[in-house]
Amino acid sequence: MIARLTLRTLALSYLALLLVFPVGVVFVRTFAEGVGPVWEAITRPDALHALWLTLLVAAIAVAGNTIFGVICAIVLVRHDFRGKALLNAVLDLPLAVSPVVVGLALLVVYGRTSLVGGWLAEAGIRVIFSAPGIILATIFVSLPFVVREVVPVLREIGTEQEQAATTLGASAFQTFRLVTLPAIRSGVAYGVVLTTARAIGEFGAVSIISGKLAGRTETLTIYVEDRFLHFDLVGCYTASVILALIAVMTLLLTNLFKPREEY
Amino acid sequence: MTITVREVSKRFGNFVALDDVSVEAPAGSLTALLGPSGSGKSTLLRVIAGLEKPDSGKIFISDEEKTQTPAQKRGVGFVFQHYAAFKHMNVFENVAFGLKIRKRSKAEIRKRVSELLELVQLDGFANRYPAQLSGGQRQRMALARALAVQPEVLLLDEPFGALDARVRQELRGWLKRLHEEIEVTTILVTHDQEEAMEVADRIVLMNHGKIEQVGGPQDLYENPANEFVMGFIGPVNRLGDTFVRPHDVEIQLHEDGTTSEATVDHFVYLGFEVRVELTLSDGQQLWAQVTREEAWHLGLERGKTVHVRIGHSKVFGQSVEGSLPQS
Repeated sequence: MIARLTLRTLALSYLALLLVFPVGVVFVRTFAEGVGPVWEAITRPDALHALWLTLLVAAIAVAGNTIFGVICAIVLVRHDFRGKALLNAVLDLPLAVSPVVVGLALLVVYGRTSLVGGWLAEAGIRVIFSAPGIILATIFVSLPFVVREVVPVLREIGTEQEQAATTLGASAFQTFRLVTLPAIRSGVAYGVVLTTARAIGEFGAVSIISGKLAGRTETLTIYVEDRFLHFDLVGCYTASVILALIAVMTLLLTNLFKPREEY
Repeated sequence: MTITVREVSKRFGNFVALDDVSVEAPAGSLTALLGPSGSGKSTLLRVIAGLEKPDSGKIFISDEEKTQTPAQKRGVGFVFQHYAAFKHMNVFENVAFGLKIRKRSKAEIRKRVSELLELVQLDGFANRYPAQLSGGQRQRMALARALAVQPEVLLLDEPFGALDARVRQELRGWLKRLHEEIEVTTILVTHDQEEAMEVADRIVLMNHGKIEQVGGPQDLYENPANEFVMGFIGPVNRLGDTFVRPHDVEIQLHEDGTTSEATVDHFVYLGFEVRVELTLSDGQQLWAQVTREEAWHLGLERGKTVHVRIGHSKVFGQSVEGSLPQS
């Protein structure tokens, strides 16, 4: 009994001290001087732009990584080919490599002086210090989550349901849409939550590749840093709270897609 | 809708699953593919369904070659051992799946599904999810789903293998009646000889990717083509080159010139049947199956000396009637 209580106390106090308390303090501080300053902070053009850019980048990264993630999971689980182990290892690269290194790598590849960067610049496409670069960096760091969540689910459901659909006359696409996709829905949903959280929270890679141009290439996380460095604590807290709220909303939204009474 | 398999071979790496197999399932028949695990029976069924591609050979369904036809267009109903229920769909949606793919009208789907649910005795379960059904109910739902699209042939892969003994027994009888009602050519894969004999009108006995014998249940039991068939299709004693069924071992109290002496080692009451384990005077062991009346009449007890006559036995190559085993 005492052992169980100790364990529970340990787990809960760990969470309380390191998670709930700091986030709670930010919330409290944000509204310390009432709603007025908060509203002012949100409606600043730079803040609104940062919010919009963050949502845009996250939306593109999540959409891309979800489609790619599901395809990649199917290839990993259902196909057999040479180099499968390599693919599997490469997929974890974004988790292993520091985001700062990712930013630097993109800078080297797409910078004006590089081959690719020079070629793109001639075509009038600017990657570094603009939205495309931020999107590339965000996709890179948030890539593995959907794959990693979908692979075990796909493995668990096996191939029999899909074979049954085939014998009933369903085409490959119909089978995927009507049988496979609904079966892996919970895995996809959780993968999307993690991808979104990672995408909106990314700082390191984006801070290098974006150039941190206020009102142009600042995402919310960069904006938080910017406000902090300018001693604008209300602006800093407000942006932080918005970041947290986006994450919570994603969690709630994906809960709607959780499987019904099935298991 | 006759199903014809002609000279089909299939390997998985070095493992030969099917070795030049030719077999036919006549229109309207219920054929059992029987054999031990690894004998190739499931592979043969999957080749017929188009779920597996043969390395060589041809598949015909009612004289039409289907070897290259994908499973999607083959018009077979397939039932899996572990049901393969669509877990996120309720019973109605599961059964309606094939009809929806074929773009039938809502009214027609509703009518057909309710007919089928009645046929498989699941009316009233339309809104349940597979997780809320028992194993037997799930398998009946899977059968209704396969029948919904009016398949030319029905293929069942160990359909009762995952169910407990009582439900299995119940569903066997039910499947046989259902088959009589709808008369669709049916092939059933099983490793259980009793199930094959009870349900099927024809048995194809397989071993190591080859067919050992094809025939009716009685045919296989009475006239096994070889040792393997005799041993697989029922219990058997082996005395030297001679094979004898335990119920063909007669026990009597007195010697009469056609008998040989034996000692009772052990006996087990199994209700109607009593199993008697014996050692012959030359040291060979065998067991006999007698009724409880016979056992009572013989006054069996351990160590008792009795006299044994072999009623009907087999030496492969020839059939021996009423002679004593020579070892």
